[in-house]
Parts: sequence; C-alpha cells; structure tokens
Amino acid sequence: MSALLSLISGVVFGAGLALSGMADPTRVTGFLDITGAFDPTLAFVMGGAVSVMAIAWRVQRHMNAPIAAKKFDLPKTMLIDRRLILGASIFGIGWGIAGLCPGPALAGLVIVPDKAIIFVLAMLTGMGLYRFIDARFAEK
Amino acid sequence: MDMLARAMPLQGFLGGAMIGLAGAIMLLTVGRIAGVSGLLAQTFGLTPSGSLNLTAASFILGVPLGVVLTQYVNGPVRSFYPSSFTTLIVAGLFVGFGSRLGSGCTSGHGVCGLSRLSPRSLVATCVFMSVAIVTVAVMKFSGLSK
Repeated sequence: MSALLSLISGVVFGAGLALSGMADPTRVTGFLDITGAFDPTLAFVMGGAVSVMAIAWRVQRHMNAPIAAKKFDLPKTMLIDRRLILGASIFGIGWGIAGLCPGPALAGLVIVPDKAIIFVLAMLTGMGLYRFIDARFAEK
Repeated sequence: MDMLARAMPLQGFLGGAMIGLAGAIMLLTVGRIAGVSGLLAQTFGLTPSGSLNLTAASFILGVPLGVVLTQYVNGPVRSFYPSSFTTLIVAGLFVGFGSRLGSGCTSGHGVCGLSRLSPRSLVATCVFMSVAIVTVAVMKFSGLSK
C-alpha cells in the first residue's frame, strides 16, 4: 500500500516538475543568473510548493500516525553543523554548474535520456562516494 | 526587455503546488519526506543501513512516469541539458555527494524543510542558493559556461 501511495506521490511530483518548467535546467540557471536575463519562475514554483506543504505540516501535527504506515519517519536532527554547511555548499556548486538537482535529473531521463543518464550515474557515484567515505570515518 | 520574458508565474505556481501536493501525500500517507536525494539513495542502498527500499523506489520510478503522463496529456516538455560530458559528470558528482553530506536537496530542504520552518533547512537552502548563484556568475565570467 505505501509503495503504491509513494508511486502516486512520485507521479504528481514529476508532473509538477514538468508543468512548472523546472524539468528544464536553463530555467533554473535563468533564476540563478542574477546578472543576466533573470527568470523568476523558480521563485513561484517554490512559493506554490511551500504553501501547499505548509498546510500538510499543520495537518500532520494533529495526527498520531500517517494514514498508511505505522509511524512517521521524519528527520529529527536539529544540528546546524559543518556537515550541513559543507554539504549544502558542494550541492550548490553542482546545482549551479548544470542547473540540475536530483528531481529534474530523474525527469530528464524521459526527455533527454542520453544526457540525463550521464548526470544520474555521476550523481549516484557521488552518493556512493559519500557513503564510502562516511563509513570509513565512522569506523575510526 | 529580455528580462522576465520567459517567466511563467502562474504555471510555475501551479506546478509548484503539485510538487507540494506530492510532498503532502508522502508525508500524510506514508509518513516520510518527499526528498528526492534521500529517496534516491534509499532506492539504491546508498544509505548507512544499506538496505534497498521499495517505498523509496516507487517514488523514484513515479517521477519520470509523471513527466511521461504530462507529455501525453499536455504536450512536449522542454529540457535543455548542458551538452558537455565533463559538465554533466562534474555537476552530477557534486550534486550527489553534497546532497548526502548535507542531508537533502532542493525538494527535501527547499520544499519540505522550509515549509516545516526547520532552521536547519533554512540554513541549507540559503547556503546552496547563494553558492549556486556565485557558481553561475563565476562560470559565466570565466567563460566556462560558454
């Protein structure tokens, strides 16, 4: 049941990306390029997404458990540490270089598959690299 | 002039609302965060636990399916990727590594975290936004982005 619901959520997410123009990395770099032909669309996308999601968080506060699972599995860390800052910085560099983050990269797999697959494989490699390094440091 | 010529405020807001709806479905039914980097790592067993996760994999599969559905109903979806292999590979490595080290990307921190008023996500979002803006400017003025 939860697999079906998350599939539906993924489909809605993908459709939202496609309709909002965010499947196109030049729209993202258009937003980030403040010295060029600035394209504010991304701000409207964020506005729409955050508005709906804020309502969901308000509803969630009154729930003891999610509808189709035993309990909520949510991030509990409150720490603002070096990992967060360094990670966000590295992510920001990559996001700026190509205008791509994980969602639009998955969307690209069915629009420009030849290029998107390269990005996705590199991204998974980056995640694997992190997992490897993190595990080695955790041992010590 | 050119400025704002490409902007699609209404479509952007509505598409964004759908992304928020996807996050709401994930949160209220499955009880999890619709953060693409985290779910992607769980799909391929790239988390500390190392286990593969069907719920995460379903979401990841759903995203391209949603794009296909949109193309079918609403017509072609445009996407212009950088043409350079090096750019795609370097950017992919940074995005993958950074999103794991920083525990989230645009969807996890930017959408789910900000709407939760999480100070951690607010900091992460401000950091990656500013760093990305600087990166785009550096690329542009150094001639790397062509």
